[in-house]
Amino acid sequence: MAAPMLRWGCRGRRWAFARVDGGSCHRRGAPTGSTSNQIRGESSVAQQPLHTAQKTRKGEHKWAAVVGLEIHAQISSNSKLFSGSQVRFSAPPNSLVSFFDASLPGTLPVLNRRCVEAAVMTGLALNCHINKKSLFDRKHYFYADLPAGYQITQQRLPIAVNGSLIYGVCAGKKQSQVIPKTVRIKQIQLEQDSGKSLHDNLRSQTLIDLNRAGVGLLEVVLEPDMSCGEEAATAVRELQLILQALGTSQANMAEGQLRVDANISVHHPGEPLGVRTEVKNLNSIRFLAKAIDYEIQRQINELENGGEILNETRSFHHKLGCTMSMRDKEGKQDYRFMPEPNLPPLVLYDATSLPAGADPQQVINIDQIRETLPELPSVTREKLVQQYGMLLEHSFTLLNEVGLLEFFQNVIKETRAEPKKVTSWVLNTFLGYLKQQNLAVSESPVTPSALAELLDLLDSRTISSSAAKQVMDVKNRNPRAINKLIGLVRKATQSRADPVMIKEILEKKLSL
Amino acid sequence: MLGRSLREVSAALKQGQITPTELCQKCLSLIKKTKFLNAYITVSEEVALKQAEESEKRYKNGQSLGDLDGIPIAVKDNFSTSGIETTCASNMLKGYIPPYNATVVQKLLDQGALLMGKTNLDEFAMGVLLLSSTLECNGAISARCSLRLPASSDSPDSASQVAGTTGMPHHSQSGSTDGVFGPVKNPWSYSKQYREKRKQNPHSENEDSDWLITGGSSGGSAAAVSAFTCYAALGSDTGGSTRNPAAHCGLVGFKPSYGLVSRHGLIPLVNSMDVPGILTRCVDDAAIVLGALAGPDPRDSTTVHEPINKPFMLPSLADVSKLCIGIPKEYLVPELSSEVQSLWSKAADLFESEGAKVIEVSLPHTSYSIVCYHVLCTSEVASNMARFDGLQYGHRCDIDVSTEAMYAATRREGFNDVVRGRILSGNFFLLKENYENYFVKAQKVRRLIANDFVNAFNSGVDVLLTPTTLSEAVPYLEFIKEDNRTRSAQDDIFTQAVNMAGLPAVSIPVALSNQGLPIGLQFIGRAFCDQQLLTVAKWFEKQVQFPVIQLQELMDDCSAVLENEKLASVSLKQ
Repeated sequence: MAAPMLRWGCRGRRWAFARVDGGSCHRRGAPTGSTSNQIRGESSVAQQPLHTAQKTRKGEHKWAAVVGLEIHAQISSNSKLFSGSQVRFSAPPNSLVSFFDASLPGTLPVLNRRCVEAAVMTGLALNCHINKKSLFDRKHYFYADLPAGYQITQQRLPIAVNGSLIYGVCAGKKQSQVIPKTVRIKQIQLEQDSGKSLHDNLRSQTLIDLNRAGVGLLEVVLEPDMSCGEEAATAVRELQLILQALGTSQANMAEGQLRVDANISVHHPGEPLGVRTEVKNLNSIRFLAKAIDYEIQRQINELENGGEILNETRSFHHKLGCTMSMRDKEGKQDYRFMPEPNLPPLVLYDATSLPAGADPQQVINIDQIRETLPELPSVTREKLVQQYGMLLEHSFTLLNEVGLLEFFQNVIKETRAEPKKVTSWVLNTFLGYLKQQNLAVSESPVTPSALAELLDLLDSRTISSSAAKQVMDVKNRNPRAINKLIGLVRKATQSRADPVMIKEILEKKLSL
Repeated sequence: MLGRSLREVSAALKQGQITPTELCQKCLSLIKKTKFLNAYITVSEEVALKQAEESEKRYKNGQSLGDLDGIPIAVKDNFSTSGIETTCASNMLKGYIPPYNATVVQKLLDQGALLMGKTNLDEFAMGVLLLSSTLECNGAISARCSLRLPASSDSPDSASQVAGTTGMPHHSQSGSTDGVFGPVKNPWSYSKQYREKRKQNPHSENEDSDWLITGGSSGGSAAAVSAFTCYAALGSDTGGSTRNPAAHCGLVGFKPSYGLVSRHGLIPLVNSMDVPGILTRCVDDAAIVLGALAGPDPRDSTTVHEPINKPFMLPSLADVSKLCIGIPKEYLVPELSSEVQSLWSKAADLFESEGAKVIEVSLPHTSYSIVCYHVLCTSEVASNMARFDGLQYGHRCDIDVSTEAMYAATRREGFNDVVRGRILSGNFFLLKENYENYFVKAQKVRRLIANDFVNAFNSGVDVLLTPTTLSEAVPYLEFIKEDNRTRSAQDDIFTQAVNMAGLPAVSIPVALSNQGLPIGLQFIGRAFCDQQLLTVAKWFEKQVQFPVIQLQELMDDCSAVLENEKLASVSLKQ
């Protein structure tokens, strides 16, 4: 239901691109992360060499860092949380905006069933208690991409609480050991996304795109159980895999479907927690780890130099590799939370509480959703370990690389080779080539069938291991590999053949 | 024809005694003649005539859509109407043309009703009493004066006097402006009944300055129906905004159960209390309109889930002996005028004499209702008004030094003092440090108030009988002596608790006061027992035979009105 937008009652005004000043591009308390990538002025914070937080230097106290995360995952749904507008990435600006999304007076929210199911499913996968009754609240603040002046969220009684997320951190000499860690999940709440503000400082204006306004989000709050950037990054990666396995979110950070804010503080173990800062604008897992480690070190340095930590919002600047204060003028904002009067309490049922004769279209059954839960990454890994005798860390790698598990399974299906051999080839040779060429699995020139065939040849000892690796090189269009072949042909023809022609024929034969 | 009830004129349309176009034109011409009442903000003449044309075709083809086909109606200007300006009587929304119809508007149009226009109100429906406004320039005042009735504009001094006396308080005293389009005048100010009484009063020195307020905030809708410019009108009712003007204008004012009628497209005042209200000349008419509006709406999650058994046919009650009428003792307040009190008591006597059981009941938390309402209402107002920031629609100031400055100036220019005052109080109550002490407490009190009603009904009471207002309509000049909040608070006293409890209630005109002005009484029913409530109201209406307003001077064809005039048998008159 794309809205006929130009009719919206503002005569002679292009409403879609609302012009506001470029003076205040940072928002305080934006629930979902601003899209502003700009920075004002130069960083006043000099970059510090990174130290591991736990490292002690002579004569110093030991520092411990405490990291909690607030993660916003965009729900994978056809329509928005409270309106019938479509959800689509990179659609033309303001083309997916209903009257409700633009907050036209008199419009009311209507809850999207799919979003509720996604929240329940995610809650179950994260071992949460699902609240059979949850409530919606309004969170107020003025910002140009929040047309109603408030965001509908679940502040008082969220849909899921008290869960946990288990993730594995690599340790040991070669980082080859996986140590399981647990982070508690405080809650999962359903809420609306905001629109996007595009600040154009040159012309001193802000352009508003409301396509994203009202898209359903799952806010997952992770308790401060993590202690460094790597732990946080691994936990987020695990959550991302779970969401993708469930299909509740595409969780693509580059497209903003997964946005992370980190709460960071440092203290001496045994003493009360330190003042925390909130770091926003973390749009990749790599930057997340970098930003957190930077901020931990910054806080330690600040305190060791006699300074103090301000309870403030900071933004990570990925080019400079540092966090910077967002320097809000107005101190702490009061969001003036209020119950959303237009949405009755959200009531969920289970097998025991389901009223007899209830319309299945009108009720959501938690037990029924539990039955449809797909296999979660932890189970997949366990199966891989059991089925193929691979190491746990290998199973992590298979899942962490997008598409690699599927590739692996397809190779396994088609080859006679030993699973251990396949694992080794996929994780070492194949993945190594991809990394070298900076390719994703989906961009690989080698198909699973080709690798399977190769491994069969290897298995039947038709070719040697080194020959097989050369074939991989060729298949991966490694110029050195094809040059080697050209060299062999020239040798065989006693240099009578034209190298260009040899290359053409070879490429044809190799169907490159 | 104009003086008839909706049901009567519907029958006339079906029998071909009049065509929808003729009816529409009569109403349009009356709207023009009564323009000085300021009942309408927008008259949708073209739309109405086109709808009438289509209705006429249907009648000719024998494909009438039902009782509402071809019936002129009016809609309060806080309901979204597609393609028709919707202002909420606020500078903030001047020029705003919505792209969609409120569900209730769409339902009326789907039944073939003719939309005559959008009626006046207090800005954003705030303030029970419909009052004015910006008489910014003398030009505006004289324009209004020149439209007065010949009978009242013969004194050359009158206009200037009005200007002088009404202009003053705006600038010096109250400074409040309740709707940017000015106050609505109560048609009863120009009725034969009121004028005759006034002639007997030696103190009525100036006729023109004595015009009466309609009550509010749906005053425009009440005046529109009362002056025969349409047969039914939609109001909204948050704390009494439909019942109050109905009582002052001698109409039936019905507030349905919360959730029975969709709020989608009603520009909200207090979401948890707002309901679309119905203003008609008799109870049966209200039931017909309710039948068209009631039922689930997928666009409003707070509406009932199950379809309603339509239509709302009201049986003619022959026997009230099985009824139990409750009289809440807390509603007998010192401010209640002796006339209203006496009529209330006579109404109770009437039920008793016809065999009904009449008992005194207690609603012990009534006295907390006004302050509780104030906290909840202002909090929701603060939240609901946040969207008016000048960005997407409506008014925007010229200041563009910063977004914040633009917001501030837009909102300062767009809202009047009453609205701004409520936004400020509401935001105060919602602050983290105040939320528990104000908002949460008020919610708890609201629950106690709602439980009071539940307890009363559980004790066997079928309907409650109460006054609607403290007294009859007062002249504008008297009214503006108080500030808006005091006025609202006072006049909400019998009506607002019903909104907090979500119950259905209806104000029925009972009799004329000593001054010749209408007085209404209110019936309150159990939640979702709207039909039972209206059935009792219909019986009562039949007993009291409230007189028709005599506005002969307003109309060319007085005969049409007179021929339908019921005898002024005021059985309950003192």
